[in-house]
Amino acid sequence: MVLTEKDYQLIASIQDGLPLVSHPYAEIGRQLGMGEGEVICRISEMRKKGIIKRMGVVVRHRELGYTANAMVVWDVPDERLDEVGALLGSRRCITLCYQRPRRLPEWPYNLFCMIHGLSRSAVLASIEQMVSELELEEINHQVLFSGRRFKQRGGHYR
Amino acid sequence: MAVESHIAELLHPPVEFPGQDAGIPLTLLERRLLNEFQHDFPLSPTPFAEIAQRLDTSEEQVLYLLESLQERGFISRVGPVFKPRRIGTSTLAAMAVPAEHLESIAAYISAYDEVNHNYERDHQLNLWFVITTPDQERLEQVLAEIENYSGLPVMSLPLVRSFHIDLGFPLWC
Repeated sequence: MVLTEKDYQLIASIQDGLPLVSHPYAEIGRQLGMGEGEVICRISEMRKKGIIKRMGVVVRHRELGYTANAMVVWDVPDERLDEVGALLGSRRCITLCYQRPRRLPEWPYNLFCMIHGLSRSAVLASIEQMVSELELEEINHQVLFSGRRFKQRGGHYR
Repeated sequence: MAVESHIAELLHPPVEFPGQDAGIPLTLLERRLLNEFQHDFPLSPTPFAEIAQRLDTSEEQVLYLLESLQERGFISRVGPVFKPRRIGTSTLAAMAVPAEHLESIAAYISAYDEVNHNYERDHQLNLWFVITTPDQERLEQVLAEIENYSGLPVMSLPLVRSFHIDLGFPLWC
């Protein structure tokens, strides 16, 4: 999908959220000089094409009590990446599962997952259970819990 | 009235929500708003009325509660989450920062509009942040400026592939 200047204007106006009003798409349209139907149509197209991967309520997990936030990084042999990525990516409690490049020698990890929980012990238990159920004992991993949060919001694309 | 039923619900919070353990007062309706509308947000002209219908309440109440959840910091926004590297580009960056400089270097990095996430992590690489820019050139410029300011190397780990379908944050986990 080729994005037009109008799409970029629309992206810029919705990246920090929809207005919480009765007719949000009409309101956005008013600001951009587009009709309500056109706004809905363009957003719908971006969703279909996967440019928008989801749309809805974006929660702040720390404020909701999910204070233990772990980035689990795995050193998966290249030939097993498809299989292991698919296994981890479909686990219910994993909120992200991305392949990223290794940076050898200091960084051998190529698969990144995020897991959140109410406590560090709960998260560690859930990782342990996952390793055992998916038989990942032979794949080296590290758990990096988050400390201070310096910033968290959606990306700004424009 | 929206406010009255909100108070009534606060008096009878649900028991099964795990956030309760952290002493977070949330009504059943709030819990459902947080849980059930993280994806497939309606694209009809009046999406909040549609949500209200599904929750058997009023549009006014839904709008009031979403605003209130946002004010209390439980919701960052109601809107789209874009797929990384489809519009513009982004990377996850990591640095090993001496403890005594962490606060000031983190503040410098957070001040960039291009930086949307910035976390301390318990690892030798103790500062992790996401940079999102319209193009690669600006991304590299921001990385270079951070290296220049801090005098420390930045390890950049751009997304290669996603193995995950984003359905939001599973609050029942």
